Amino acid sequence: MNLWNIALRNLRRRKSKAAFVLVGLTIGVSAVVVFISLAEALTENINSKLEEYGANILIVPKTENLSMSYGGISLGGVLFEMQEIHEEELAKIGEIANAKNVAAVGPMLLGAVDIGGRKALLAGMDFRVIYQLRPWWKFQGNVPDEEGVLAGASAARLLGLEVGKPVAVNGRRLLVSGILDATGSQDDHILFTDLAAAQSILHKEGRISLAEVAALCSGCPIEEMVRQISEILPGANVMAIKQVVEGRMETLNHFRKVSYGLSAIVVLAGALVVLVTMMGSVRERTAEIGIFRAIGFRSSHIMRIILLEAAIVSVLAGVLGYLLGLGATKIALLFFVAGSGGHAGHGGIAVPLDPLLAGGALLLAVVLGLAASFYPARLAARLDPCEALRTL
Amino acid sequence: MSYIQVHDLSKQYGEGEAAVQAVRGINFNIASGELVAVMGESGSGKSTLLTVMGALNSPAGGKYWVDKIDVYALGREERADFRRNYLGFVFQSFHLIPYLTVRENVMLPLTPVRMKKSEKRAMAEEALGRVGLAGKGERLPGQISGGEQERAAIARAVVNRPPILLADEPTGNLDTKNTREVMNLLKELNAGGMTIVMVTHNPECARYARRILRLSDGVLVEENTLQ
Repeated sequence: MNLWNIALRNLRRRKSKAAFVLVGLTIGVSAVVVFISLAEALTENINSKLEEYGANILIVPKTENLSMSYGGISLGGVLFEMQEIHEEELAKIGEIANAKNVAAVGPMLLGAVDIGGRKALLAGMDFRVIYQLRPWWKFQGNVPDEEGVLAGASAARLLGLEVGKPVAVNGRRLLVSGILDATGSQDDHILFTDLAAAQSILHKEGRISLAEVAALCSGCPIEEMVRQISEILPGANVMAIKQVVEGRMETLNHFRKVSYGLSAIVVLAGALVVLVTMMGSVRERTAEIGIFRAIGFRSSHIMRIILLEAAIVSVLAGVLGYLLGLGATKIALLFFVAGSGGHAGHGGIAVPLDPLLAGGALLLAVVLGLAASFYPARLAARLDPCEALRTL
Repeated sequence: MSYIQVHDLSKQYGEGEAAVQAVRGINFNIASGELVAVMGESGSGKSTLLTVMGALNSPAGGKYWVDKIDVYALGREERADFRRNYLGFVFQSFHLIPYLTVRENVMLPLTPVRMKKSEKRAMAEEALGRVGLAGKGERLPGQISGGEQERAAIARAVVNRPPILLADEPTGNLDTKNTREVMNLLKELNAGGMTIVMVTHNPECARYARRILRLSDGVLVEENTLQ
């Protein structure tokens, strides 16, 4: 017979009270686990997406002209003398020190074309890397070949294009192989075709207007890669497109802060449940505590019994809270990912068993349980044995 | 110096006009190995006297020594140690812990003691054997009779072999047969050298004592030594 046995037997006897404390603590711990692992999983998700199609690097020709557009409104009819990059120069990107971080290089040629008397922008691109560079694209029909064209949503509407029907581009007959769903970007106004076809139509063989680089960027030195590419392409202006990523990370940081705030509230509520239940338990056991004291238990023995009970329930709550939190995170992520309208390939976000988080959950539960039980335990330990026996 | 000395002991409950004087000016000595009965009407201060003697209830005045120890000069926790080392309690309503088995109840006073589990168990078995409950250690208190519960309570009180046993109406809830058995058991323990102070209403039980202290309105009014 020892204090541990007494604590254990009492928990068994007062199952409903123990269950109440267990539920309170478990909810608190699992909420914290959910919030933390959700934030971690979403961060990881963003990182993995960055690895897939990257914080892109944009390579454009150097120009001395100032931009003639503002807020998406450009001064039509003003033509710039636009320098171009030679397509073969892009091969040098494979020679930079961080070449292993380059997932895809997408050259693009832009030029104005005439379609049935109306002006439109034609973009020639390498469709082999399109899923890495434009993973958000959704379209009806197919990717175009050298005889095809993929029309942006607005371009198709304004030019009256339909999938499977021909269109004359600068007098050359191409087939509309697909129409993009609206993206909300400038892609909606462009006709896309194969790079070689565009070069032929625009009479710019071997030349490109810009290139996009998909860098494997989770933790990679993007600024360093920009510098390396700038060095090998001195005639080009190389820029890192980080705004989108930074925006998402900022949103995630806000989410993280809100999560921590909510966690603190739930944890506080859990602690209150433990405190109130343990106080009730101590009051119920006044007589029993009186007997313990009368037969020679010290105050510290009484405290240890109450705190041992709290510790046993807390450990259990820590384990349950972590597992429940993990399960709830997996379910929550289904909604988060579905809501993000992501590409099919990004549907599943793994929530791995994290020993650090598991240990943290256990520690949180034990600290919370013990802290919330400390006052009731102290109250029990300070009970006057004579008064306690009088309640019998 | 006597083993137990009570000198000018007084205890009151409440303050001011609402104060109730439970015991006042009580003096007596008890030698080691005595069996003393404390008698009196309800409200005469018997139980208060027993709780004061049990180091559970600080007196308002007076002194209380046991084995030359000034009990109420001890700190709160030292008094707990004193209770564990010197006293065994038998309560009127048994006060066994319902969720512990009879053996575990008997082992309770040994819980804070650093001792091997097997030794504790052996001492509990011995105590159970002494009170005639050998073989019933695995039962819960609710699974044994009232007389057996009282004996289990006595086994718990004596398991750590305290020199003093304080019993508050130990037969108050028992029938005649069980009363006789319990009193014979107390007599046996006393014969073994244990000092026993027993509060009782029952004159039959008091006859087992060597001395009877009679209280009335918190005052010791009579002290009879029996032959």
